[in-house]
Amino acid sequence: MKLSTALIKNVIESAVFASPEPLTVDELLNLFADEEKPSRLQLQTLLKELQTEYATRPLEIVEIASGYRFQVRAKFSPWISKLWHDKPPKLSRAMLETLAIIAYRQPVTRAEIEAIRGVVVSTQIIKALFDREWIVVVGHREVPGRPALLATTREFLDAFSLKTLAELPPLAALRDLEAIDKELI
Amino acid sequence: MSVSEFKPSDVLPLTDSVPQAYARVYDEILTQLPEDLYIPPDALAVFLESFEGPLDLLLYLIRKQNLDILDIPVAEITRQYVSYIELMQELNIDLAAEYLLMAALLAEIKSRLLLPKPAQAQAEEDDPRAELIRRLQEYERFKQAAENLADLPQEGRDIFIAHAQAPVRDILPSEPFVGDFSLLLNAMRDVMQRAQLQQSHVVAEGGLTLEQRLQEVLARLKTGATIAFNELFTLQEGRIGVVVTFMAILELLKQQLIELVQEAVFTTIYVRQYGLGET
Repeated sequence: MKLSTALIKNVIESAVFASPEPLTVDELLNLFADEEKPSRLQLQTLLKELQTEYATRPLEIVEIASGYRFQVRAKFSPWISKLWHDKPPKLSRAMLETLAIIAYRQPVTRAEIEAIRGVVVSTQIIKALFDREWIVVVGHREVPGRPALLATTREFLDAFSLKTLAELPPLAALRDLEAIDKELI
Repeated sequence: MSVSEFKPSDVLPLTDSVPQAYARVYDEILTQLPEDLYIPPDALAVFLESFEGPLDLLLYLIRKQNLDILDIPVAEITRQYVSYIELMQELNIDLAAEYLLMAALLAEIKSRLLLPKPAQAQAEEDDPRAELIRRLQEYERFKQAAENLADLPQEGRDIFIAHAQAPVRDILPSEPFVGDFSLLLNAMRDVMQRAQLQQSHVVAEGGLTLEQRLQEVLARLKTGATIAFNELFTLQEGRIGVVVTFMAILELLKQQLIELVQEAVFTTIYVRQYGLGET
């Protein structure tokens, strides 16, 4: 039986709302029986329509790395954050710098992070990033000591409302070393 | 006052306001501080903590004076850098070794700049500052990237996930099995009876060991899965297979590696890893 577009849209909206985890297009498609399944394109169109409909609401449907989810718009955080007694721990500069290097330079070793920052990377910072599941070991560099190669995870993208790494703010351009040499001479 | 509110510029216009003799007369450093310049030691600790290492401190010194990173006056920067370091040491702040290494590096660069260079080698030899400049630039890029990252909307800080609270739907009771042991034996008898029906299909000797079966059962439950008691048995293995599996289950129970749960008498008994129900 073919379902009406309005019904499909309602199912999508309620599924994204009811799911504790973000839902991918595939997961949404799987909710429908074979004969009632909308096309992928139709589903994506309906998601777009929903996003437009929510444009005037305090909630929004956003696509992040793990799929679609409902979230409260950032501008309401001053009020909504009061629902929770303990604030999320503020990310220290050391942690953010370490995370930035891993995100832009992945996969990297700890030694490479230290070379850029000029200080030893503390074990607590790396552990805290692992605890948040923002980074993983993706392999080992085949050099003596086989240092672990670190990379960011989908959870990291989700936490910063990013779909892909390409959405990270661009890294400032480095002035060409040769140009620097010329200026120096 | 929290660390984040603290601006380094509030505390230490050190090299600007302190006479030149300051850094030279080691013994008199503290007495020579102008009286109006009170620096509480704690504030200095905070000041130092606000730097993420020697590169960060250097960048601060360079930026504070609007100097071009590509053309650092090494002598001047070194002097300022060292005076900060000395003051910190004077106040017994435990300096990371990297700060001292940077001071040594600056001194080396300065001395290399002073050395006359052989005429023909000059073209090939890099400016001694080049490597430091490269590192400063690279660090500054990621310092900026970290700030950009901090500005992104963060889950739990700026963004709050909205979803309906799913009703609690515990399919299995979380209490461990406390029923009559005969229930387990009944279940066992059922399996044995079914195995008997299939026994004629057994052709070769199974060669089953209890040890092996222990591992297999554990492996199936490793993922946190809950498996029906019956499903652990492979009827095609015949009586021996069933007995070995049953012994394995009993042994794992005894070792508290698995636990059995049953919702009500005569319903299916489930097997799972020990302690899963408590979380």
